[in-house]
Amino acid sequence: MTRDESITLAHGSGGRLMHDLIERVVVRALANPVLETLDDAADISSLVEPGRLAVTTDSFVVQPLFFPGGDIGTLAVAGTVNDLAMKGARPVALTLGLIAEEGLPLVDLERALRSVAETARAAGVVIAAGDTKVVERGGLGGLILNTAGIGFVPDGVELGGDRVREGDVMIVSGTMGDHETAILVAREAFRIDETIESDCAPLHEVARLILETAPDTRAMRDPTRGGLATTLNELSSRSGVGIEIDESAVPVRDDVRSVTDILGFDPLYMANEGKVVAVVPESDAGRVVEALRGHRLGRDAAVIGRAAGEPGVTLRTKVGGARPLLMLEGVQLPRIC
Amino acid sequence: MCLAVPGLVREVDGLRAKVDFGGITREVELSLLPDTQVDDYVLVHAGYAIEKVDRESALETMKLFREMAEAVDKERSS
Amino acid sequence: MSRTIDFEAFRTGPDADGLVRRIHELFEGPTALMEVCGTHTVAIGRAGIRSLMPDGLRLLSGPGCPVCVTPLGEIDMALAAARRPDVVLTTFGDMMRVPGSESSLERERAGGADVRIVTSALDAVEIAAGEPSKEVVFVGVGFETTSPTIAAALMTAERRGVENVSVLPFFKLVPPALDLLVAVPGRALDGFLCPGHVSSIIGSNAYEPVAHGADMPCVVAGFEPLDILAGVVMLLEQVRDVRSGGAARVETQYARAVRPEGNRTALELLDEVFEVVDADWRGIGTIPESGYALRERYAHRDAGAKLGVDRTRPDEPEGCICGAIMLGERIPADCPLFGTVCTPRDPVGPCMVSSEGSCAAHFRYERR
Repeated sequence: MTRDESITLAHGSGGRLMHDLIERVVVRALANPVLETLDDAADISSLVEPGRLAVTTDSFVVQPLFFPGGDIGTLAVAGTVNDLAMKGARPVALTLGLIAEEGLPLVDLERALRSVAETARAAGVVIAAGDTKVVERGGLGGLILNTAGIGFVPDGVELGGDRVREGDVMIVSGTMGDHETAILVAREAFRIDETIESDCAPLHEVARLILETAPDTRAMRDPTRGGLATTLNELSSRSGVGIEIDESAVPVRDDVRSVTDILGFDPLYMANEGKVVAVVPESDAGRVVEALRGHRLGRDAAVIGRAAGEPGVTLRTKVGGARPLLMLEGVQLPRIC
Repeated sequence: MCLAVPGLVREVDGLRAKVDFGGITREVELSLLPDTQVDDYVLVHAGYAIEKVDRESALETMKLFREMAEAVDKERSS
Repeated sequence: MSRTIDFEAFRTGPDADGLVRRIHELFEGPTALMEVCGTHTVAIGRAGIRSLMPDGLRLLSGPGCPVCVTPLGEIDMALAAARRPDVVLTTFGDMMRVPGSESSLERERAGGADVRIVTSALDAVEIAAGEPSKEVVFVGVGFETTSPTIAAALMTAERRGVENVSVLPFFKLVPPALDLLVAVPGRALDGFLCPGHVSSIIGSNAYEPVAHGADMPCVVAGFEPLDILAGVVMLLEQVRDVRSGGAARVETQYARAVRPEGNRTALELLDEVFEVVDADWRGIGTIPESGYALRERYAHRDAGAKLGVDRTRPDEPEGCICGAIMLGERIPADCPLFGTVCTPRDPVGPCMVSSEGSCAAHFRYERR
């Protein structure tokens, strides 16, 4: 297999070409003893830990495949690791389903797989099983990945969106809107001289830090599609308490703010891929923020509001006004009005 | 209906400019504001500079905020 | 290098509380102030300004949402153009979800039409230059802030010899709408918060006829929260003046970006490319001399003529009172469809279709 090659339908047909692809490209990139047995199913009993078993899955269809700060491979691992971490689980293993489009350059596949491997290593998870398919050219954007992940929730850790109580404090681990802004710019939907980096990152350490500092943490969420506002609405709705957010307290990077100002977007509705919203008892808030700020992924951590009042999310604005912060309906579109 | 954002002109090349919007730089058309110079602040709408933002006026407006905020009616008809 | 402007000082700061206090102090009883700019509608909503106002001080949203006032027949023209296989339809994002009689640009795109969102009219010219076998049509919706940018882009197309780009000139003008608003019988308007960026183009002098002719206080205001609060303060001062026998006038809060005479280059360019014609405003009807058509010498830039697509006059949805809302006679809460049948996700009427429409803004930003 030469470096110039791209994926063809033959690579998905089950024959020699596909076996070569799997062994020499996929498994080589993801190198680990579990995967290398290449049986139809993997025995992962060696990975079992004490605690309650948690499982999650996600598919990744990001365009472009590669962007500043990450790529589809980074996202595929971080996204699933983060879903487990938000539940309080220690992630241990992932499966990787990959669907390649005819015509995808092999170097792109390898690059994405390298990111999968690196991110998995960083997150301390094993890619235990996988699948490879090839589809005809047309509309897939080159590559789609799916990961399912399992982890173990230690005894005593009870997190859930329905556990938020009046008086609890909302904390974000950092700036809002970075990932979606990075993607917009990477897609050249919006041309600027600078690059904007996605915040894509596995959050297992951040989650553990929060739980160690505040064992009574009520819930953690990673505000992905729909952004912070959507996540807060979900929390309010699940728990039946209102949430009040202080607009001036929500951290937003200058470059992200400038892009959203020009497009007429609201960073509160834009996706993040490396941030946590944590709901903790008031007495723990200060220490959680301090602990987060000591971690490289939590430097801009801040208290942004608290649970109070009737269900629904209210924003206290920069001039002291109050208005509802609704869930996102549909996609934000650039406006000139 | 008129989302326009202020930025600082960094470079001018004929009827195009590079404008700094605080962390990001974008190319802007100057056909509607041809006398734009480097170091001007401009309001940009749909890719075009539509008006210069005057520094003195900006400061004056901020002062007016303060004056209005502190104004007290000396005589109020009941 | 000169001083930097700290624009954050217009968004937040200790003076905000003082401005609100001053508004309460100046308020003397039921007062209705109207803004006529969708960007003001959204800015007021997002800053939660209504929650800070005294009871009885109403901030009304007029016909300032250009998408909302674009008649159904014009939307249908854009959809018809989009369906042509040889057409690339370019539009600002604002128009994508607006329903026509059937369908919307978003639906057409999902069905295979070549519809592209652009952030500048110049993008349409660039696309045309790169795809000579296509006719690139730009949906020209907007007020006087936007129409000069299309005029400029068309001149660029002329200069570069890019033939295959044209526009659907659905633009509207603000001052004629103000004339209509002050003539509404039994009108209860006490003042206009005039649109800051339209005024950057047309100049604050443009409001003199309304201020003096109809004795209507006018304040040209910026869009940041403190600009809006200060604009309300200035209007209330005028209202008090007028109620005790004084004369209404035009004042400019947004002095940093608005001059009395406006932007002469932009105004000349508008005059070069467009002629003023009567225009149809959705929900309101025809307002004389309130729209643009391409001048004869630029007729080849008129997409309707080029493609042979005509305006139609389809029926409006029943029960919708957007017209009355845009004229300040009713508010969204008065509409039986509001929030039930008509929501941002499933809009019925024009005020809900655009995120800047009175009803959409009310739904999103006001407590119910």
